[in-house]
Order: sequence, then C-alpha cells, then structure tokens
Amino acid sequence: MNASTQDKLPVVITLGNPNTGKSTLFNALTGMHQQVGNFPGVTVESLRGETNIGDRRVTIVDLPGTYSLAAQSPDEMVAIDMLLGRIEEVGKPDVVVVVVDANNLRRNLFLASQILESSLPVVIALNMMDLASSNGTVIDAEQLSVALGVPVVPMCASRGEGLEQLHQAIEQQLHNRPTQRTVIDQALRTAAVGLASELSTDEASLSILEVERALIDKGGYAEQRLLTRSPDLESRLESLRAVLGSGRSLATLEARNRYGWINEIVNSVEVRENPQNRRADLIDSVLNHPVLGSLIFILTMGIVFQSVFAWAGPLMELIDSQSALLRGLINANVESPLLASFLSDGVVAGVGSVIVFLPQIIILFAFIILLEDTGYMSRAAFLMDRLMRWCGLSGQSFIPMLSSFACAVPGIMGTRVIPEPRDRIATIVAAPFMTCSARLPVYALLIAAFVPPHKYLGGWINLHGLILLGFYLLGMVAGVLTAYLLSRTFLRGPTATFLLEMPPYRMPNIRSMSIKLYSRAKIFLQRAGTVIFSVAIVIWFLASFPRAPMDAQNAAPDDHVAAQMALENSYLGTASKSVAPLFAPLGWDWKVTAAVIASFPAREVVIAVLGTIYAIDSDDEASLIERIKQSRRPDGSRVYTLPMALGLMVFYALCLQCVATIAVMRRETNTWRWPIFAWVYMTALGYFGALLCYQVGTSFSIA
Amino acid sequence: MTQSLASLAAGQTGTICGFTQDDGTTQRLMQLGVIEGETVDVVRRAPAGDPIEIRILGYALSLRATEAETILVTRV
Repeated sequence: MNASTQDKLPVVITLGNPNTGKSTLFNALTGMHQQVGNFPGVTVESLRGETNIGDRRVTIVDLPGTYSLAAQSPDEMVAIDMLLGRIEEVGKPDVVVVVVDANNLRRNLFLASQILESSLPVVIALNMMDLASSNGTVIDAEQLSVALGVPVVPMCASRGEGLEQLHQAIEQQLHNRPTQRTVIDQALRTAAVGLASELSTDEASLSILEVERALIDKGGYAEQRLLTRSPDLESRLESLRAVLGSGRSLATLEARNRYGWINEIVNSVEVRENPQNRRADLIDSVLNHPVLGSLIFILTMGIVFQSVFAWAGPLMELIDSQSALLRGLINANVESPLLASFLSDGVVAGVGSVIVFLPQIIILFAFIILLEDTGYMSRAAFLMDRLMRWCGLSGQSFIPMLSSFACAVPGIMGTRVIPEPRDRIATIVAAPFMTCSARLPVYALLIAAFVPPHKYLGGWINLHGLILLGFYLLGMVAGVLTAYLLSRTFLRGPTATFLLEMPPYRMPNIRSMSIKLYSRAKIFLQRAGTVIFSVAIVIWFLASFPRAPMDAQNAAPDDHVAAQMALENSYLGTASKSVAPLFAPLGWDWKVTAAVIASFPAREVVIAVLGTIYAIDSDDEASLIERIKQSRRPDGSRVYTLPMALGLMVFYALCLQCVATIAVMRRETNTWRWPIFAWVYMTALGYFGALLCYQVGTSFSIA
Repeated sequence: MTQSLASLAAGQTGTICGFTQDDGTTQRLMQLGVIEGETVDVVRRAPAGDPIEIRILGYALSLRATEAETILVTRV
C-alpha cells in the first residue's frame, strides 16, 4: 500500500435503484460541496462529496441508479468495479449504502441482495418511509435488519428524517468489519469460488463477484472482459452454465432465486394494506388519458417553451446591454487601442457570449429537473415513444430534443435519462439540428433583408413567418433523418428495450432541485464556458493581427472604416480571401466567408462580424441591411441575392457552429469521435445545402 | 388459456406463466420483477396502443408491445 492510499479518507458509496430519492439522500449528506466527475472510458457520471461521520471525515461517492449489477456495457460495469475497488480514483469502498424505496421493497431488494453477496459492509437506507406509511405500507425495519444481516435505517431523506441514525449506522460499519455473508445460490457460489481461485494469478486477482457475473450474464460485459484475458475459457464457462442451469439460463435462475429469497423475507416484514393509491390513480387517469393527457402534455411543453423565451429574453437583453455599456466604457477610458480592443472585443465579448445563454440554459435545466423530480418525465416518454421511435429515437429523447429548440447544450446534457446508449448517441447527434435561439438573429436579419413582406389571408399570414417556419422544419427534418440514418447504419443493432419505470408523482424537494441546478449550471460554465471564452480570444487575435499600418488607420474617415481595414488586413481577412474560391460556388465573397468562419465558435457572432466587415455599428440593423443589400462584387453584380441569402440561412440551419455544443458532446459521450463526426457531417451538409440552394435558385434566376 | 401480455386490454389482469424467449430483454424483465407466478395488471396503453403501462410488484412499468409479446400470461 503506498502513501497516497493510506492518507485517503474512508470511502462510502451510495447505490440504489433509480427513483429512490438517492440523489436527495446524497445531497442531504454532502450539501453543496460536491464534484461531478466522469470515469475514464465510460460516460457514467459520479458525484463526489465529503461529510463528517462521527469524528471522521469521509468521502461519499454516488453512482447513477441501477436495477441490477448485471452489466451489458462498460458503463454498467462501473458499479461492479466500484464495489471491487477497481476504480483508482475511489479505491476500495469502506461502506456501501444501499438506498431502498420503502414503497417498492421487493424490486429494490433485488439489487440489495446482489450487493449483500459481496463481502463489503452494507447499510440499507430504507427511504421514503413517509410515503409508504401514507400508502398504508408498514415495514418492520428491525426484523428486516435481522433477516438481511445488516443495519436497516428507516428514513425520509427529503425531510432530513433518519439522517442521524444513518450516520450512526455508517460509523458503526466503519468500525466493525462484518463477517457474515449472504449467499442465495450456494451451487453457483461454489462454482464461482473454484473458478476464481483457479484463474487468480498474482497480477490479476479475480474476485468471486466478477466471475459470478461472467457466469450468469452470458454475452455481458463481465464475460467479455474475462474472455479477453483468458480466451480459452469459453467452453469452460459453457459447461459450468449447463450443469448449474440445467437447460435454463443462469440469469433466469438468478432472478427466480433472488425473488424467491426476497418474497420470503418481505412476507414476514411488510404489511401492505391496500396497494391502491387513489390520489395517484386519479392524477394518472387524467395525465395519461389518451386525449386529455395529450392535450395537457402539449400545453405543458408549450408553457415550458414559452417561458424559456419570455423569461430569458429580458435577461439576455440586459446582459447584452450591460456588456455593450462595459465595452463603451473600456473604449472611452483605455488609452491603448490594442488593449481596449482586447478587453472589449476579446474578453468582454467572450465572457458575454458565455453568460448571455446562461438565463435560458438555467430556466431549461430548472424545467427538466422539475419534470424529472415530479415523475412527469417518464409520462412524457411514455406518450411520445411511438412517435419518436418512428424517427429512430426513443420516448426519452423527446425532452432533450425539445430543449434543443432553445439551446442544444441543456438538450445534450439532458440525454442522460436515456438508458440505451445507441438511442442516446442518436439523440445527441440529432439535437444540434433543432433551431436554437442563436440561429434566430441570423434568420431575422436575412429574412428582413431579402424576403419580400408579402401578406396572405388578409394579413394573418406573412411570407417572413412562413420562411422562418420553413427553417424550423428544415432543422427538424434534417435532425430526424440523421437519427433515422444513424439508427440504420453506425448505430444499428437489435431493437433496444424500453423498460421504463413510471415513478409515483412526487412533490419535488426544493433543496435537492437547487443543488442539481447549481451543479448543472456549474458544469456548463466550467466545460463549455472555458472553451467558448478561449475560442473567442483566439478569434479576436486572428481578426486583430497583424495590425494595419498606423498611417492607414489614421487616414480612415471614421472608426468603423478603420475597424474594417484592420479586419481586412488581419489573419482572418487574408485567410478568408485565400479560401474564398472554395465558397464561390455558394455565391459568397470573402466578406461573407470571413463572417461565417468567425462565427464557427458561436453562430450568433456573425451579426457583429458583419457589422465590422461592412464598417458600420452592428447595433444599427437597418443600415446593416442596407449595406448588405448594396454589397457588390468587383464586377458590379450584387453579392446578396435571394438564392444566396437563402443558401446562407440553410448553411446556418445545418452547420454545427457552436463550440459549447461540441464541448458538451465530448463530455457526454466521453470521446472525441462523436463531436468530430457531427462537426464534419453537419459542415458538409451545410455546405452542400447552401450550394444546392444557390445553384438551383440562380439557374431559375429568382433573384 | 395462455396468451401474450400484449393481447390483454387495459384494465385486465393476468398471472405470468412464462416467456417466449430467454434473451437479454427477458433477463432485464425478470430483474425488474416480471417473474413467473406474479400478477400483472395492464393499466393503460399510450395513444397509439404502444407502449403499454403495467403494474407489477406494486409499481408501474411501461414496456413496448414487442416486449410485452414475449411475456406469457393466463388471464385472471
């Protein structure tokens, strides 16, 4: 044992089924001091915090909810590796707290029984006792404790009830190493012990738990890992399975044995008066009614969506105006023009472009957390599954996709609720196609400039609105087609299962919700914010250097023209001129090209860059539109024609010009593969979309 | 009479008596408590008839019709 493992704090891990109030319990134990981290090679997120147990400081690690230790993928293997102490950052856990929902004792004890079979000290947190007793369920916790051989703490984490007793039970387990061991299938255990001791060498000690899983979960991840280590083992595993299972799969046998064991215990410790919960049934019969439920669903989504724009709009304008004010102050007070430009166009603009989206991201996160914590999220997935499956996605993709209409960042972070990895990837790649709010300024400018304001049906419908609707549809169709194609190519596989628990409706816990909201906003600021900021600085540098000669700047009639000359002379300007031929088939000149390149980090930047390029104040939209309309090529022809402008909008609709999205994709998939794929694919799609639009439009000369 | 869970209408109840297959889906179902001998209620179906919400071991679970077809029940 080296020094660092001796110094480290005792480790308590919390495990449990989804919807058991596990995160509320974790938040109650650790408060705000938590870190979110990913384990290497997997997309599983762990929360880590610290607390005092008795007089000792301990680390508490929370894993995502799971129903079983059976693992099909590396992600699901994390729970086993954590129990075995294979996760280096955590080490061997000292105590495992299994969070069990008192309302759903039998199913929750399935996972608990698997953990009890490991040799680790366990504490059962019997959570949500308040709901259980109001539903007429009585559980004899002491008798359950005797039957399971570990401490059982009845509690209600959302109200803080039972926390003290939980502390005491953990402390007790930290001191007394228990020696008892629950074994449900003795024959299986004997076989696993034999095989493990046979295979264990000094370098690779195999635990019984791991060998047992490899035996039971045929084709699962534990077996795959074992077989890569010793490939000749397959026939051995098969013959053991044949003997132990006598014709049936060991997984079936495991489920039967465990539920048999559980039923015996539960029958003696639990009295369930009447499992009918009239209040929940009433709510459900309304919310899940085929017609009424769908209407309420559409209404709810409408309210969520409307409030994102209605509440975030004023805040975003406030941030915008404050940052403009600050930039004005800097320009007026900082003597050196270079420093002033760095501070105002680099730093303030960079920070501004990060926090300007914070209001809507936070509002969206708040709604997503509210939907998750009340249990409505599962109902939404239930209602939408058929439709979403038709698009190559699943019911749980719906909320992330909807969020992406405001911003793809919370949408992609919200894909965590999708348990099936293939559905999750398809959703992550399709999400950035949804028309996010950063695309709207671009659409608004170009539509106002080039689409005639025709009105139809007595002024009720106008062409501007129709074109805007068309671009919303374009994004949706492109996203859905992408998901559909992915699910039939790269992500092809057996039809994913959709086994979704419909948790009872619950009043959300404000404290737990706030902690979740805080932690997600922090993730956005840390991961996406730093990237957006650094890229903004890089773009500022490229657009500002090399500096135009001083006398040329002084000769400029006003500041706007000086800025335009500086940009034309910069790396960005020269680079745009040299790659402009590549974009000539799209009808773009070097100025448009420069604006598009500069907006790859964040698409809404294009307005500001266009302002600089056409040497006017970009806040003055009317004159920007005038300048764009008057912009001509050297031969005198207009740059912006209707086909070119529509093509440019198609480009913005399809292209992944958002560093924040790329950073979040990287974080959520834990690989660069998908963000790179999405970027190349979407850029190519945008290019060819714009090309098609311009070429077809020009040949019909609808200019 | 043995029939598939998918063929039960909303409001009907059955006792699980077996599975048409023994694969990953079956194993996940069994881990969730969908086990021979347990009683299952079909609570409702989504607007298009799929997925199906069932009640088992006292909790609500939704599954797709393709998955429900692999579960065999006798009507109660």
